[in-house]
Amino acid sequence: MKKYGKWAFYLLLIVIVALIPLYLNRSKSGKYTIQVLTMAMIWAIATLSLNLILGYTGQASLAHGAFLGIGAYAFGIFVERVGINIWPALILASLITAFLGMLVGLPSLRTKGPYFAIVTLCFNVIVFKVFENWTWLSGGLRGQKVTMPSYLEARWARYYVVLGFLILAILIERQIVKSLLGSSFIAIRSNENLSEAVGINSFRTKLLSFTVSCFMVGLAGGLFAMEKGSLDYTITNYMYSFYLLIYLLIGGAATLAGPVVGTVGLYFLLDKIKGIGEWRYFIFGLILIVVIIYFPRGIVGGAKQFWEWAKKKYYRTGEVLE
Amino acid sequence: MLELNDVHCVIGKHAVISGVSLQIGEGELVCLLGANGAGKSSLFKTISGLITPTQGTIEFEGRPIHKKNPEKIVKLGVSLCPEGRKLFPRLSIRKNLMMGAYTRYREKSQTAKTLREIYELFPILEERADQEAGTLSGGEQQMLAIGRSLMCKPRLLLLDEPSLGLAPLIVKKIMETIEGINRGGVTVLLSEQNASMALSISSRGYVLENGHIVLEGTARELAGNEEVKKAYIGA
Repeated sequence: MKKYGKWAFYLLLIVIVALIPLYLNRSKSGKYTIQVLTMAMIWAIATLSLNLILGYTGQASLAHGAFLGIGAYAFGIFVERVGINIWPALILASLITAFLGMLVGLPSLRTKGPYFAIVTLCFNVIVFKVFENWTWLSGGLRGQKVTMPSYLEARWARYYVVLGFLILAILIERQIVKSLLGSSFIAIRSNENLSEAVGINSFRTKLLSFTVSCFMVGLAGGLFAMEKGSLDYTITNYMYSFYLLIYLLIGGAATLAGPVVGTVGLYFLLDKIKGIGEWRYFIFGLILIVVIIYFPRGIVGGAKQFWEWAKKKYYRTGEVLE
Repeated sequence: MLELNDVHCVIGKHAVISGVSLQIGEGELVCLLGANGAGKSSLFKTISGLITPTQGTIEFEGRPIHKKNPEKIVKLGVSLCPEGRKLFPRLSIRKNLMMGAYTRYREKSQTAKTLREIYELFPILEERADQEAGTLSGGEQQMLAIGRSLMCKPRLLLLDEPSLGLAPLIVKKIMETIEGINRGGVTVLLSEQNASMALSISSRGYVLENGHIVLEGTARELAGNEEVKKAYIGA
């Protein structure tokens, strides 16, 4: 019964989220909000991808900004220069990002802890410089145009496409985490030497997690290009890797809802307060400090902890009363 | 079954194992005695592939394993239960046990059967199957660690100080369980500081000091040896 209740809640949530554009599409400001929500969901897919490698497997990748850009550019180039239909182009862009992720993971995952973060950050800086200087690839300052088919011109249409992919990403990540493979990711995060002792090939498992994670961020990149309609090299900026990290830490790493709550909440908030200019990043930093000090497991992790505490307290009180 | 010939190991600049040679026959329960820092855990890690020996050979059932990685060694039937009741604290008890069967993930029905056997051996683990492993008591954690190392259906079980930090009553139960596991056909190499307890259930033993085997013999011989009595039994 409890299980059905949980699924009914999720279904209700999906229905509410699916109804939002119907309400917002009536006004100009509402249409803009649809665009903001669509972008927030794309970033949420990217944060979910980071959650797999950092939250569950414990490897702090700071290259996801680069992979997001690679996925976006691969999609744009396939659609615009090669002339492929957007759906196979989206799959191909994700596969290319996953393949490049695997190539990067092969040497970098042999390092441990902060060294992996440093190596991946260096990779991100290299990719940024490559896209900045190889104008034949990135389109330079003119950028790369991405033409969408007419049925995706309406903002609400793209909203539903991205929502569909977000639900798919959550379901895939859930299946992975609940499986034996997902447990092996958590085991490696918990104690890599012990994982080796029980027979888990930690390098191969980390590489798999990183490759799947890159596939997901490549998908987010493709959707980003789809939503924006044009790209420039700044999409590969390493600052995006840090944004993803902050979204994840605030939402709650190693939870399924955390990346979505953290990303959508913060993205929406930052957009709402953009009138204060650069000061909004001060608020961004303040939120990060408060969350890290008072909710080290993020908003969702903290809420879960509070729920467990409240349940225990309630039952204990019940026993006393009996 | 297991044969170590002149095994040397170096960690950093320190030689932790220096020329260890030992043999264990099939079905035996052999104990390895030694004080803290004698090299017992390093020797276990070397046998299970976590440390690569700098010299010497290790053969399991006639096959050299000293250059194999831990995953392959587990697949061959050697399982390590590390010192300090090491678990995956955020995973449930059932998932911790399933991690022990990671190398057998394709044998689903066999794994389910082994899981039932482990639950019969330690019923408390079944009662708390969905509880996080980190919430268990010391004794229960040790049961889980032993249970997990049995999930891969090992032919050789390496138990590193299973009694460390446990109450005497729990230690007695753990030792009885180890004897039972051995009677069930699993060869056991048991490392212990609690020499009298280890010798009481073993058939043979080795004494390790500063990475060297300094003494070997039957459990009775070692229990009667004055040096062993003085250094490890305290008589």
